[in-house]
Amino acid sequence: MLTHEKQRGTITIRLSGDLDHHTAAAIRQELDRLIADRSINRLVFDLSDLKFMDSSGIGMMIGRYKMMARRGGSVAVRTGGGQIDRLMELSGLYRIIEKVQEEVRK
Amino acid sequence: MNIINEMRVDFLSCPENEAFARMVISAFVLPLNPTLEQLGDIKTSVSEAVTNAVVHGYRDCVGTIRMKASLSEAGELTVEVIDNGCGIRDVQEARQPFFTTMEAFERSGMGFTVMESFMDAVQVFSSPGQGTTVRMKKQICAPREPAYQA
Repeated sequence: MLTHEKQRGTITIRLSGDLDHHTAAAIRQELDRLIADRSINRLVFDLSDLKFMDSSGIGMMIGRYKMMARRGGSVAVRTGGGQIDRLMELSGLYRIIEKVQEEVRK
Repeated sequence: MNIINEMRVDFLSCPENEAFARMVISAFVLPLNPTLEQLGDIKTSVSEAVTNAVVHGYRDCVGTIRMKASLSEAGELTVEVIDNGCGIRDVQEARQPFFTTMEAFERSGMGFTVMESFMDAVQVFSSPGQGTTVRMKKQICAPREPAYQA
């Protein structure tokens, strides 16, 4: 499931459930619709509610990174640690995507 | 080495069955009290192998994927993901990090790298037109007594 929040030029995409090959297709479609707005120059993925992610999620984030990079924008990700963070480290994606620390939720 | 538990499940190569396969392997492994990290490693590796069968093995069709798992007396888990799809032309090339034949579909090419990092050993048996078997092993608990003698 995908929820989003926009604040000036930053859009935060919060994903929950599983991000795999099957769910990535629908998420990608919704994401591309949301970031078609050219006023957005920063995309933040909040994966802290995600229960599972495999390399299909990595591919999806690389695709969105390329889109944002083409317009001079940036991408960041908050994982909440655990398996997803290990996968991000393994992929080397932190070299191009900023790691954001866990926010304190009230 | 005696096998103390094993299972086999066949399912269609539909993308929704990627989650099904993760649930099945979790259910098989959970009674062994794996750590969260071990469980995550196994689920992710199975997800990668099954996704490869769905996306590549049965690229233009739907076929059957077989997942087998067994646990040995020595506490080692063996998982096999088997398809009768198109097979891999060059296994060594396919196992290179970030190699993919489907970059246009946003495939990261990391599937085998993930399996090799999260499991203790990965073997790939494949040739064009002959399907693919991915066999992965992981030590997940201390050696134990068999519940039965085979």
